[in-house]
Amino acid sequence: MARLVLVPRETATLLAPLQVAVLALVMTLLGGAVLFVIYGVSPLDGLHAVFVEPLLTRYGIGEVLLKMAPLLLIAQGLAIGFRAQVWNIGAEGQLILGAIAASVLAIRFDGTDSQLLLPAMVVAGMLAGMAWAAIAAWLRTQFNANEILVTFMLTSVALQLLYFLVTGPLKDPMGFNFPQSISFAPNAVFPIILEGTRANASLYIGLAVTLVAVVFVRYSFASYKLSVGGLAPGASFYAGFSSKRAIWVALLVSGGAAGLAGVGEVAGPLGQLQRNISPGYGYAGIIVAVLGGLNPIGILFASAIMALVYVGGDFALLSVGVPDAVTGILQGILLISYLACSLLLTMRLRLVREAPG
Amino acid sequence: MTEPILDIRGVTKAYGLTVANDAVDFQVEPGLIHAVLGENGAGKSTLMKIIYGVVKPDAGTLVWRGQLVSIASPAEARRLGIGMVFQHFSLFETLTVTENISLAVPGSKNELGQRIRAASARFGLDVEPDARVHTLTVGERQRIEILRCILQEPKVIILDEPTSVLPPQGIVKLFETLRNLASEGIAVVFISHKLDEIRALCDTATIMRGGRVVGVVNPKEETSKSLTQLMIGQDIPAPTARSHAGTTAGVLRVQNLDHVPDDPYAAPLSGLDLELRGGEILGIAGVSGNGQGALMRVLAGEIRTAPDTVLLDQKPVGALGPGARRRLGVHFIPEERLGRGAVPGHTLAENAGLTTFHSGLLSFGFLQLRKRRERAGKMITDMDVRCSGPDAAAQSLSGGNLQKFIVSREMALAPRVLIAEQPTWGVDVGAAAAIRQKLLDMRDQGVALLIVSEELEELMEICDRVQVMFRGRLSAPVAVGQTDIEHIGLAMAGDFDGLETVHG
Repeated sequence: MARLVLVPRETATLLAPLQVAVLALVMTLLGGAVLFVIYGVSPLDGLHAVFVEPLLTRYGIGEVLLKMAPLLLIAQGLAIGFRAQVWNIGAEGQLILGAIAASVLAIRFDGTDSQLLLPAMVVAGMLAGMAWAAIAAWLRTQFNANEILVTFMLTSVALQLLYFLVTGPLKDPMGFNFPQSISFAPNAVFPIILEGTRANASLYIGLAVTLVAVVFVRYSFASYKLSVGGLAPGASFYAGFSSKRAIWVALLVSGGAAGLAGVGEVAGPLGQLQRNISPGYGYAGIIVAVLGGLNPIGILFASAIMALVYVGGDFALLSVGVPDAVTGILQGILLISYLACSLLLTMRLRLVREAPG
Repeated sequence: MTEPILDIRGVTKAYGLTVANDAVDFQVEPGLIHAVLGENGAGKSTLMKIIYGVVKPDAGTLVWRGQLVSIASPAEARRLGIGMVFQHFSLFETLTVTENISLAVPGSKNELGQRIRAASARFGLDVEPDARVHTLTVGERQRIEILRCILQEPKVIILDEPTSVLPPQGIVKLFETLRNLASEGIAVVFISHKLDEIRALCDTATIMRGGRVVGVVNPKEETSKSLTQLMIGQDIPAPTARSHAGTTAGVLRVQNLDHVPDDPYAAPLSGLDLELRGGEILGIAGVSGNGQGALMRVLAGEIRTAPDTVLLDQKPVGALGPGARRRLGVHFIPEERLGRGAVPGHTLAENAGLTTFHSGLLSFGFLQLRKRRERAGKMITDMDVRCSGPDAAAQSLSGGNLQKFIVSREMALAPRVLIAEQPTWGVDVGAAAAIRQKLLDMRDQGVALLIVSEELEELMEICDRVQVMFRGRLSAPVAVGQTDIEHIGLAMAGDFDGLETVHG
């Protein structure tokens, strides 16, 4: 009798993460095919609509790049914390705070010609995201309050704060009582980078952050300390690395990155502050970070794939008539497939023939 | 020779490329004490796990009382009559002795209490059935484990390095118990790498090396030297004789240290004094769990104290952290290698920087990767660490080799003070000898060393002075020439007064 067993890999290979990613993607395609069959749609048409159609038109590519920007930013920030076992799952809230801070500047200085307005909004958004995450860092280092719960619950607080502002202090006085702010002036909005689409320059911020992350993860002492603290807290104590500082660094970096993503939304496709800023980028960013293997380059590809699924879900809604919940389901299948396959990062399958008896 | 109760033939078990057991034959006879002897990684634990049903062999047969069997789980092993006492106890500290035993043995509490008393008396295992486990010593806890095993009426009882946690007097007592068990017809399998114990206790010894059985001998007819040769396949170099006198200049001092640990079951430290001198090795003896861990954390700076509780060259350093102390030349080798001394998932090159980053491995907050890799290569050659190179993951090394790497790393920066916690614990004989020799070499170069060890022979061999730790207190220092193992053993049980036996 033969059976499959898992045996540990003798050496870590570079190939393994790639194999895992490809395998997870294949499983997602299979899962998606089943999903479309359930909806009574030809699986080939469905998968074509989600994974191919967006890439066939200039508009579709623009939409993918547009959604990639916030996912990339958020995931790069989160990954740095995750490597240190600091679990910020409230990027959604930090994104909202970043959007609010940038909007306050855009509204307050509406009518100036200054080209410094947009850069000021970027800095303000980043600082606001950091400040929101700092609450969790302070509670964790001071009272050992679990950062998972604190960051998650602060997202609800951020949402309520947003609702209050768009129905009150930041509401457009000429807006027929709609819960939204004034439309931002051109000097408070990111320029379009691909003509005829909505893709804007905030993607450059994401790419710049990716570049910084590559250097930071590979060469910086700070990242080394974070990784020691995450993999072996005992070794971190022994070496004398401060665990409190690690928590602060992890939360401030991820909060700041999420805040930048928030600026990209209000100063990008929205052009104003409104109730719905993000279709769950903060949570999808967690998937992207994990899917990218917490590696900056891996995250670059993962964010592109997740953005494609977002846009593809919309395309499938139009062309084959499935509900937009398909987007969420496909993202979920992708994450679960990846987690299931990630066992193969450290183990490999082997066929073993058992001795008779 | 009687009929074997357990007869194992040709058992083979491989983990990946490593063959842990290679065609092993092993027979256990009732009423005999049978030693299994071998270095770490020789395949002893794998063989025991196969017998106890934890691991399934790839090939080979197990015959139990004449019947071919396949043992699928520890529960099945216990049902057949095979009991095991592990090195690490599995007791609930907040429950009483009887309650702990009742989790494994059926019967009402009263009835069980009586059976425990009866078995204690019969085998010399004094334990109070109503005592809560957290109040008991390590030796008493081990007796509970043995009792729990005996009450399940096993035919074979396996003990995994049972003496490693006991003071000398406790070992004598354990041996009496084991002889009693054997005289009742129970087969005792005794795993150890301490040769004198095996020669004193065991009737036969199976010696393993590299996953194979290399000999079955009567240990009483062998010398420690001949057993060692079988075990490691060569002679071990004896450390060079002590050749010096300490400089008597105090380098590191601890004065009147009090510390209450967070763990309610850990011993609080009270009124500790010690002085480390250059060119001298001070040993801290004691059964583990008597406060050595906390003392080590205080010396390393992981636990901060009032500044003048710890003095380095008369300067207060008690409030400094581990990094600041390392910069002053105080280095530290922790007991736990994987997860404290080294990051398991990191390469040796990455681990090389863990405690040496401040010595030119950083520029403007960035890692000097090439320099770090070179440094790691040197650490590997300096101590002859067996590995595939600086890019090998720390967790891929054997315990002994990783320890050699850590020792090499902590010596790389020429420390003035080196503190080592159980430096040779669980390390094979050859590597242990190499580590001891390095420690002696450092002493001769004027380094002040402090060694915490449970192995008295080791302390007597390499230390100049010894202090004994018991329940958070530390005895006055005594020169090793002025005491002996027996009196250190008494001090390990709390009797500090008789420590100095020979007045020089």
